Amino acid sequence: MQNTILRMNKLFFKIFTLTIGFSFLYFPILTLIAYSFNDNKRVMVWKGFSFRWYKELFQNEQILEAFYTSIKIASLSATFATIMGVMIGFSLTRISKIPARPFFIFLSSSPLVMPEIILGLSLLLFFISSNHIIGFPSSKGQLTVLISHITFSVAFVAVIIQSRLSSYDKNIEEAAQDLGTIPNMIFWKITAPVILPSIISGWLLAFTLSLDDLVVASFTTGPGANTLPIVVFSKVRLGLSPEVNALSAIIMLIVVLAAISIYFINRSHIKK
Amino acid sequence: MIKLNSNLMIHQYFCLMIRYLKKQNFWFVFTPYFWLVLFFFIPLALIFKISISVSEWGMPPYRDLFSLSEDGFKIDSTLSNYLFIFSDPFYIRSYLNSLSLAFTSTILCLVIGYPIAFYVAKSQANIRIILLVLLIIPFWTSFLLRVYAWKVLLQGSGIINSILIHLGFITEPISMLHNHYAVILGVVYTYLPFMILPLYGYLVKFDLNLIDAANDLGAKPVNTFLKVILPLSLPGIIAGSMLVFIPVVGEFVIPEMLGGSDKLYFGKIIWDEFFVNRDWPVASALAMSGIVILVFPIVIFQLMYAKYNFKNE
Repeated sequence: MQNTILRMNKLFFKIFTLTIGFSFLYFPILTLIAYSFNDNKRVMVWKGFSFRWYKELFQNEQILEAFYTSIKIASLSATFATIMGVMIGFSLTRISKIPARPFFIFLSSSPLVMPEIILGLSLLLFFISSNHIIGFPSSKGQLTVLISHITFSVAFVAVIIQSRLSSYDKNIEEAAQDLGTIPNMIFWKITAPVILPSIISGWLLAFTLSLDDLVVASFTTGPGANTLPIVVFSKVRLGLSPEVNALSAIIMLIVVLAAISIYFINRSHIKK
Repeated sequence: MIKLNSNLMIHQYFCLMIRYLKKQNFWFVFTPYFWLVLFFFIPLALIFKISISVSEWGMPPYRDLFSLSEDGFKIDSTLSNYLFIFSDPFYIRSYLNSLSLAFTSTILCLVIGYPIAFYVAKSQANIRIILLVLLIIPFWTSFLLRVYAWKVLLQGSGIINSILIHLGFITEPISMLHNHYAVILGVVYTYLPFMILPLYGYLVKFDLNLIDAANDLGAKPVNTFLKVILPLSLPGIIAGSMLVFIPVVGEFVIPEMLGGSDKLYFGKIIWDEFFVNRDWPVASALAMSGIVILVFPIVIFQLMYAKYNFKNE
C-alpha cells in the first residue's frame, strides 16, 4: 500500500516536472505565434484574426533578401566547416605520429571558448588591416561574413567528428587493411558510412550556428550583406514588430516539420 | 669535412620531412590549421597589437606600433589603455556583472534542467523520443526570436501583466522589462536546451538498476542521488555548464533586448566602445582583458578537469 502511494507520488512528481518544464520552453514561442494572427499594429492588443502580417512579411523585400542571404551564407559556411572539421577530426584521431599533438588540439578547440563579441571584433580589425596591406578583402560583405562563420563553426564540427572517430573500433579499418583493401576503399566503404551521421549532425549544427549568429555578422558585414538576424535585430531592438511575429511562426513551422521528418526517419531506421 | 657532414644530415632530414608530409597528405592535414591560424590567431594577435597602440584621430584611429622614419626605427607602444580600463570601476564592474550573470544563469539552468533531463531520459522509449524532439525544437528555433518572445511577454501591455491584473494581484501594469532580472530570465530560457541536451546524453546511458540496487541496500533517496546518480552524471553537468557559461560570459543580445541600465555587461561595453566611441585601442584592450579575466579561468578549469579524469581512469 505504502509502495503504491510512493509510486503514485513519484509519477505525479515526474508529470508535474515535465509539464512545468515544457510549458516554460513553449509558452513564449506559442504566444508569439498566436499574436502573429493579430490584426493590430500594436502587437499585444488583440483586434481580430487576420493574415495581414504574413502578407506584409512576404512583401517586405528587405526581410526576404536577408533571408536568402542568410540561407546562402549558412549553407556555404556549413559545407566548408564540415569539410575542414572532418579533416581536423581525422588528423587528431588517425595520425598517431602527428608532431606536437596537444598544440593542434589547442589550435582546433580554442574558438570554442572565445566569446563571439571578441571574435567579431578581432575579425573586423583583421579584415580592415588586411585590406590596407594587401587589398583583400576589397570590401566587407558576404565574403567576410562567410569567412567568419566558417572560422567559428569548424571547431564545433571537429568536436562532433572527433568524438565519433575516437569511439569507434579502429580494428575494423586495420582488419580491412590486412585483408588487402586499398586505403581509398577503406575510407569509402567503412569509415564514411560510420561517420556519416556525425557529418550530417555537424553540418546541421554549423548551419544553425551561422543562421543564428548576430554578433559576429554585425561586426563583419558590409553593404549588401545583411543577414536575417541583423535585419530582425534592427527591427526589434527598440520596439515590437508584428512582422517579426509572423516570421517566428514561419520559422517554427519549418523547424517543427524538420524535427518531425527526422523523427520518422529515425523511427524507420530503428525498425529496420 | 664536418660542414659537409652536417649539410648531408640536413639534407637527409629534409628528405625525411618531405616523405613524411607526402605520406600524411600534407594539405589534407594542415589546411584547417592554416585557416584557424590565419582567421583566428592572427586576428587575436592583431587586437593585442592595437590594444598597446596609442589612440589617434584618423583612419585607422591609432598610431602604428612600429614606425620607420628619418629618426630610425621607433616603437610606439603604451599600456595606457589597460591602465584606463583598470582605473575605472565602470569597466571592472562590467566584467564582474558578466561573471555573476554567467554563474547565476548556469546554476539556474542546472537546477531547472536536471530534473527535466532526468525524467525525459527515464521515460519509456516511445515517449522519450517525442520528448526529445520537443527539446530539440527550441534548440533549433532562432535564438533571437526566442529572446524577442520574452520582450513581447514582459511588455507593460503584455500577457503576463494582463493575467496578473485579471487575477487581481496588481491594479497597474508593473514594468518587468529593462532590468537585470529580465536578463537572467532571458538567458536561462534561451540556454536551457544547451544544458538539458548534454545532461540527457549522459543520463540516458545510466543504468536504472543502480538506483534499485542502492535502494535495496538501504540507501535513502537523497544518498542515492548524491552518491550514485550525481557522480555518474558529472560529465554531463560539466559539459552542459560549459555550453551555458561560455557564451553567456560574452552575451550581448539578451542584455541589449531585455536589460536596462541597472547593470551593464562586458559584451555591451565592447560594442559601445567600438561602434559608439570608435576607440579601437580601448575596445581591443577590453577584449584582451576579457580573454584573461573571463576565458582563461574556463580553459584552466577544463585542463584541470581533463587531468582529474585522466587520473581516475
